Amino acid sequence: MSGLNRDEVVRLASLATGDEKHEVSSYSTLDVLMVLYGRVLRFDSDRPDWEERDRFILSKGHGPSAFYAVLAARGFFPEEWLSTFMAREGRLGGHPDRRLIPGVEASTGSLGHGLGLSVGIGLALRAKGLEKQRVFCLTGDAELNEGSNWEAILVAPQLRLSNLTLVVIDNHSSSIPMGPWEDKFMSFGWHARAVDSRDHEQLYGALSYRDAEWPAVVIADVQPVGG
Amino acid sequence: MAPGAELPSTIPSVTTATGMRERVCRAAAQLLLEDERVSIVLGEISIPYFEEAFRRAPERIFNVGIMEQTMVGVAAGLAMEGFHPIVHTIAPFLVERPFEQLKIDFGYQELGGTFISVGASYDYVVEGTTHHSPADVALVSTIPGFEVLVPGTATEAVSLLRASYASNRGKYLRLSERQNPISHEVQPGRTEVLRRGASGATIIAVGPMLRPVQDAMEDIDATLLYVTTVAPFDSVTVAREAGDHVIVVEPFLQGTLAASVMECFGSRPVRLTCIGVPRTNFRTYGSREDLDVVAGLDVPTLKRRLYEALETRGAASTRAV
Repeated sequence: MSGLNRDEVVRLASLATGDEKHEVSSYSTLDVLMVLYGRVLRFDSDRPDWEERDRFILSKGHGPSAFYAVLAARGFFPEEWLSTFMAREGRLGGHPDRRLIPGVEASTGSLGHGLGLSVGIGLALRAKGLEKQRVFCLTGDAELNEGSNWEAILVAPQLRLSNLTLVVIDNHSSSIPMGPWEDKFMSFGWHARAVDSRDHEQLYGALSYRDAEWPAVVIADVQPVGG
Repeated sequence: MAPGAELPSTIPSVTTATGMRERVCRAAAQLLLEDERVSIVLGEISIPYFEEAFRRAPERIFNVGIMEQTMVGVAAGLAMEGFHPIVHTIAPFLVERPFEQLKIDFGYQELGGTFISVGASYDYVVEGTTHHSPADVALVSTIPGFEVLVPGTATEAVSLLRASYASNRGKYLRLSERQNPISHEVQPGRTEVLRRGASGATIIAVGPMLRPVQDAMEDIDATLLYVTTVAPFDSVTVAREAGDHVIVVEPFLQGTLAASVMECFGSRPVRLTCIGVPRTNFRTYGSREDLDVVAGLDVPTLKRRLYEALETRGAASTRAV
């Protein structure tokens, strides 16, 4: 699958938010979404519910314009939808709704829900014999304040969910210190790797890795704007 | 039909001594083996009933331990992939603790799943208020699309489970220690008319309150409706059968069904009396029957409350209680 064009995705996100391109470029999820939808995930935008797709759960549902831009760039819905972002006549809300938007697997917004869903999806893929398919769940660093995540982080290795990859966008937004990331996750039984989200080759390497036995977490460091 | 006559609309059968929990858990395990789209997520309880299920279909049954938010989230993930999840634990930990997961993961996402609770209201008497959940039905009923099923016997519970598990909506199946001695042929969404009275008084007995109500209303001329689906509420039958005074006898928080009942009547003036579990922290131990007395839901107290509610209209016999 060919990669996504960054300028094109930035242009599309600007259509939604009205933000300047340099502002869009600093959206914390942009790099990870570019690599996932450009090089990692298998999907068919003409058949959003294609059984053999990989599943992507945007647990951190806020600030979804980069997500919407990537979905539009991939043809899940027309570019025109972006200009109705959060508008009365639009389908693209401040948090994504699976009932309204093709390509959106989960309706999220309240933090700490996506990883539990992803564990269930991972179990379902295995029960259906979809061995190659994977489920990716994207959270923020502050989202991991929510205890529900730690329930799921505890149980996923016990279930040997090697088809599950958690991506933590660490834009240093948590008021509670969350590190050390890798040690913490490894002590729970996860395969853990921290990367710089500006380095797309590193991101691609980490996101395309699948362990034989354990769930994987990729901590994608994003420097805060101006930082 | 003559007022007061028993209606033949249901075929009673004698309930076995086995409790709802064992019968329903075994029925759920059977569904898992019968239907490859069923999955079961347990919260560390009732495991012995599922031993064969764990052995024969380990890829579709999970005990996630004591983590209720993730238990419901995992079930929603399974539902997103086309499975019919059945989730089971104690009422306060199935409804109150992970309420947001029920509301969002199932309600907002419009997914199907069956939530089976044990420990109705104060069934876990000696464990105290932390294990009581009289508000469960009131809470679940606020979620759009959810169906709330309150069977009166184990046989009815199994029948409601089998009839509803594969539907594409959330179902809350509320099991209780209290059971009626006779089962009716219940169906999701249907209200049974057990007796038609002439006084205009109508008693709605919910699930396990049927037998206590029947015992308490011996000398009362009233229509008797038996409800096992409380959401969505069968407004058609209730509006058709009810007179000008409706008494709801509910095994959960008193007043839970008040709005649903009144909405049946539109602008028609109807007097409503709700008899249910009072809004209080129980600090009494002992047996469930002991707490029935504290809650005012034992037969003698229930009889007195029915008489008090009806005394101004002459529906109750003048015989002293």
